[in-house]
Amino acid sequence: MNRRALVSLLILGVALLLLPLFANSYLLSVATLILFFAFAGQAWNVMMGFCGQLSLGHSLYVGVGAYVAAGLFVHLGIGPWAGVWLAVALCVALGCTIGFLAFRFGISGVYFALLTIAFAEFTRIGFDHLQWTGGPGGLFLKVAQRDTIDIANFRGPPAMYYYAILALAAGALALCSWLLKSRAGFYWQAIRENEEAAQALGINTFRWKMLAVAISSAMTAVAGVFYAFYYNNLFPEQIFHISRSIEIILGPIIGGVGTLFGPILGAVVLTVLADGITELLAAVGVEVPGIKQVFYGIVLLMVIMFLPNGIWPTLARKLGLVHAEGGK
Amino acid sequence: MSALLEVRNLSKAFRGLKAVNNVSFEVPAKGIVALIGPNGAGKTTCFNLIAGEFAADTGEVRLGGTLLSGMRSDQACKAGIGRTYQVVKPFPEMTVEENVVVGALNRAPTVAAARCAANEVLKLVHLDKKAHIRAAHLTLPERKRLEVARALATQPRILLLDEVMAGLRPTEVDEIVAVFRTVNQETGLAILFVEHVMRAVMALAQEVVVLHHGEMIARGAPDAVVRDPKVIESYLGAEAVDG
Ligand SMILES: Nc1ncnc2c1ncn2[C@@H]1O[C@H](COP(=O)(O)OP(=O)(O)OP(=O)(O)O)[C@@H](O)[C@H]1O
Ligand SMILES: [Mg+2]
Repeated sequence: MNRRALVSLLILGVALLLLPLFANSYLLSVATLILFFAFAGQAWNVMMGFCGQLSLGHSLYVGVGAYVAAGLFVHLGIGPWAGVWLAVALCVALGCTIGFLAFRFGISGVYFALLTIAFAEFTRIGFDHLQWTGGPGGLFLKVAQRDTIDIANFRGPPAMYYYAILALAAGALALCSWLLKSRAGFYWQAIRENEEAAQALGINTFRWKMLAVAISSAMTAVAGVFYAFYYNNLFPEQIFHISRSIEIILGPIIGGVGTLFGPILGAVVLTVLADGITELLAAVGVEVPGIKQVFYGIVLLMVIMFLPNGIWPTLARKLGLVHAEGGK
Repeated sequence: MSALLEVRNLSKAFRGLKAVNNVSFEVPAKGIVALIGPNGAGKTTCFNLIAGEFAADTGEVRLGGTLLSGMRSDQACKAGIGRTYQVVKPFPEMTVEENVVVGALNRAPTVAAARCAANEVLKLVHLDKKAHIRAAHLTLPERKRLEVARALATQPRILLLDEVMAGLRPTEVDEIVAVFRTVNQETGLAILFVEHVMRAVMALAQEVVVLHHGEMIARGAPDAVVRDPKVIESYLGAEAVDG
């Protein structure tokens, strides 16, 4: 990263910190949504972008993370600061179970992706029958007092959630940037590029793939906890649905798989344009059901056709944020 | 000289085809041994058995007395096997330097130390000028040198080279032969190499092992082996005379 990139990042950071002072509630909710997808996309990117393990079932970790924290809060009065640990532990355990089954028995590529979908689906069905969390009828948190901030129970005005997800997204960026430069980052990329050669260079590929899954699922679990307390209602049908998994991975794919800023850029492009189109159509009085999905499809198609490495690598070069060759 | 690498009665069959059949040989400490033979003789399979890519059906491999058989390839690497692939396997989206850093991390305690070590190795194989381009942009001969650099960076006790000189011009062959000889003399690294380029075999090897249909048909000093009628008949043909 060069100086220009550093300055840009700084300006962006300050702008994001000051945003709630200027933005109206609609803008703030869009910004929160963008940061949520940036965070979850970053988490998914650790597994796929860095280590080459395609998960199409990340809704599993969002859902379990959300349900665990919300369930503890609603039924036992345990706040999210304690709940998040259990959520993370459970999601890491689930991720490692999938990873163990797949990596021990040589399930890789498309079959690995199918396994991740299967786990998400099974869990969805499980939650449909779990009375403790309300089954298919859903689980609801009492809607927050909008004007008082209750940090202990993570209830408060929209700006509080905005700052929370901003901190998470920024933290994830810092963590991933550090990981990528560490031993883990080198090993993951080697595994992604050629697993056989990586192993012949002394890398215990099983162990390092498991680490990628553990970190990715832990981060996504935290995203799930945030989701529960921000949206206040959870339905298995929605939260575990495969379209949720797809939503998470579209950002990084469009922004640039394996890059640090791809997931962030992708989240911005998708959310802003999708919301923009919906708003625009609403303004002229047309309502097209499913327009968001159609739009996602078109954007994805264009990116795959014209920028197969995602928008970020090309954009960064054009803006002079990285050096021509080899820069990240 | 004591044997560093010992291969004892090694066998491997693929669906009935005996790719390697009861092969035994040694590589002495600091020694350079060539493994030659016609296409499909089982040379690469031998490497894969030694480096833990496949498990042998029978027989065993020892490195400095330690049993390698039963180890995975990463464990074999940790034990001191550094190998290159005949069909090169670079990490295409990573830079040349990053490729070698991955290898160097095998022994280096930190990424910074690995980077230092990697740059040393890159100089050695004359790839230092390409350090910051992506491996995908290298030519095939450069990729072969990258394979060597990565394997060297793991700081092996023995280096297994699988046809790293194929497709090189004679001057380039001499160049890389000189590199291997230097490494061997300066660090005492033992080398076992598969090669069809007889120019390199004659220049580098202290001993030659010849495989044919998975079996060892000759073994000895390079000069003696190329005069062996069995070797000439099955592999070298008449051209062997001008070597
Ligand atoms: N993974 C495999 N599965 C099935 N058969 C294999 C496999 N690897 C090698 N073989 C077979 O084993 C035999 C020996 O192959 P090997 O690659 O070891 O030969 P080689 O001596 O390296 O030949 P070359 O000079 O062409 O590289 C060949 O008949 C080959 O088809
Ligand atoms: Mg071969």
